[in-house]
Amino acid sequence: MITRRGLLKSAAATSFTAAASGLALPAYAQNRTIKIGFVTPQTGPLAIFAEPDQFVIDQFRAQFAEGVDIGGTRHNIEIIVKDSQSNSNRASSAAQELILEDGVDIITATATPDTTNPVADQAELNGVPCITNDTPWQPHFFGRQGDPAVGFEYTYHFFWGLEDIIQVFMSLWDGVETNKVVGALWPNDPDGNGWSHPELGFPPVMGQAGYKLIDPGRYQNMTDDFSAQISAFKEAGVEIVSGVMIPPDFTTFWTQAAQQGFNPKVVNVAKASEFPQAMAALGPRCDGLSVEVWWHKYFPYMSSVTGQSCEALSDAYEAATGKPWTMPLGAKHSLFEVVIDALKRTEDIDSPEAISAAIRQTNMNTVFGPVNFQTGPVPNISKTPLAGGQWQLQGDKPVLEIVTNGHSPEIATTGAIKPIA
Amino acid sequence: MVWINAVLQGVLLGGLYALFAAGLSLMFGVMRFVNIAHGDFIVVGAYLILTFVISWGLNPIIGVALVLILMAAAGYLNQRFVLNRVLGKDILPPILVTFGLSIIVQNGLLELFSADSRKLPTGTWETSSLALTDQIAVGLLPFLMFLTAVGVIAAMQFVFYRSALGRMLRATSDDPEIVPLMGGNNARIFAIATALASLVVGIAGIWLAMKTNFDPAAGPARLLFAFEAVIIGGLGNIWGTLLGGIILGVAQTVGAQIDAGYQILAGHLVFLLLLVLRPKGLLPKVSH
Repeated sequence: MITRRGLLKSAAATSFTAAASGLALPAYAQNRTIKIGFVTPQTGPLAIFAEPDQFVIDQFRAQFAEGVDIGGTRHNIEIIVKDSQSNSNRASSAAQELILEDGVDIITATATPDTTNPVADQAELNGVPCITNDTPWQPHFFGRQGDPAVGFEYTYHFFWGLEDIIQVFMSLWDGVETNKVVGALWPNDPDGNGWSHPELGFPPVMGQAGYKLIDPGRYQNMTDDFSAQISAFKEAGVEIVSGVMIPPDFTTFWTQAAQQGFNPKVVNVAKASEFPQAMAALGPRCDGLSVEVWWHKYFPYMSSVTGQSCEALSDAYEAATGKPWTMPLGAKHSLFEVVIDALKRTEDIDSPEAISAAIRQTNMNTVFGPVNFQTGPVPNISKTPLAGGQWQLQGDKPVLEIVTNGHSPEIATTGAIKPIA
Repeated sequence: MVWINAVLQGVLLGGLYALFAAGLSLMFGVMRFVNIAHGDFIVVGAYLILTFVISWGLNPIIGVALVLILMAAAGYLNQRFVLNRVLGKDILPPILVTFGLSIIVQNGLLELFSADSRKLPTGTWETSSLALTDQIAVGLLPFLMFLTAVGVIAAMQFVFYRSALGRMLRATSDDPEIVPLMGGNNARIFAIATALASLVVGIAGIWLAMKTNFDPAAGPARLLFAFEAVIIGGLGNIWGTLLGGIILGVAQTVGAQIDAGYQILAGHLVFLLLLVLRPKGLLPKVSH
């Protein structure tokens, strides 16, 4: 006799068997949507890094609208974007949401340790493959207590490191005739403390190369006055100023330097001088400032996905958004290149271990330069090219010229370095 | 010589802090109204002047006038239709509402102006200075900023303690229950006070735009020093705010002269020390 209760019981049993048999099906036969999570600082003080996000994501969505072939099966690709609000706690919970609620297959993040570190930590903890870039590799790897002997199981990162920027900055100093006295502007933050480190930072290398260091100490970010530093630099006859400053601090320093009659010949300040928008805000005072260049319109690399050269990618970006190209454009584009490349080589798309193994085997050329996680300084890290650049006014528009290429000789220079007028 | 220079630059820096704090001093010190969005309103002023002068190409004088009128009008309407509803014995609701406003303003600016760091270029103004000796020079822009701060504070003092409007404002702040009995309209008086404070916020915004880069998230960093300047000087004492700003500025530049790492710390230490020695601030509250 069929009772309501009996019917429900048997229905539950049948559906359970169906579900179980579904689990038993071989994974490669499944055609499903692959979810890629992306955590990025769309709002807050780091938002300038996220400006190219929408363009890059639209580009990849269009490119893979028909899905991607993995092991002979076509899978749809879905990119889910979460805003970190430039806050490391928010980045961490955004990564958790992506992993636990959206069930992403692979997670990505870019732009400074505040974004890449918490996201990678969550990924490692939850066993989700993760690819990040746009944070110097030491703050990322050692900032997460990475052990060079072991590395990480699921998280991979590609960018340059402290040793690279030291080499590039010194190549910029060597380019101009000076008295070799360097004034340092290193703030009290992870970057400033890393750069000023007495063993791993600038000081020992500078000593060897015959540069004299004037270091007035670690100042706090968002300082409204740099007269103490300027007095110290003037007294010591500093001709080179170097540091890693946020844009408002650098503008305060540089304006005050002019008011106080301090005119160094070389000024290279990472962070503040990386973005054309910040340079444009300085007006003619940006002419001659130099900086490290981690991606440029005239880098000799090509996208593995769209086949665009750096120049073609920059032009497409400027045409689509009406904004000048910035360095993070190449970083974001390459991030998804590495993701797609790894997914295509994955043997079992339903196994995070298999995806992680495929990322580990990455050996490819991206629009950001070669990426290979086997040859890095420590496991799970791949180093990317770096050049020395200088902002030179053309008309009233600041243009970033590549002026030294000792670090990555395959990059051609586009101009010659000149002292600040 | 470097010490004299440090003190001099500190005094000029104090002008900046006093300017940022002046609007807050009026609201916080006299009306007991804590505006967490104060720094964000300053940034709004900075974006307004940038839009008028750079994007629209208006004459700077017209641009400044427009900013001040718009800020004052926005302050009036904001107080009349939003903030008045949460005013009361409990100081928590206004804090929460202005905290929410702060987030709305930051994200609104981000939508409108993007995250780009902007600055109002002032050409040769910003690099000109008067060299007093080899080691001491006074920048034109910081000097004008200091004079503006003194002017703004003097004007506020006059309005508050020498005019009929000021009398109503003080009366409302002292006893909001009695003022309506005498025919005053609390809602309107508070709105006028906020309009005045917003006018000063507009002036601070214009100077911020000329001084350094700003972006939609630049506001909150301005709030802390403003609060400290108000408290060091004494709540409700408008000249005290200028003194508080100068003490904070000098403490910072002299601290930096010892070690750059002590710059911000020295300011906070002086603030704490004064809080211990004179909890009510340096200058006593002027009796109403």
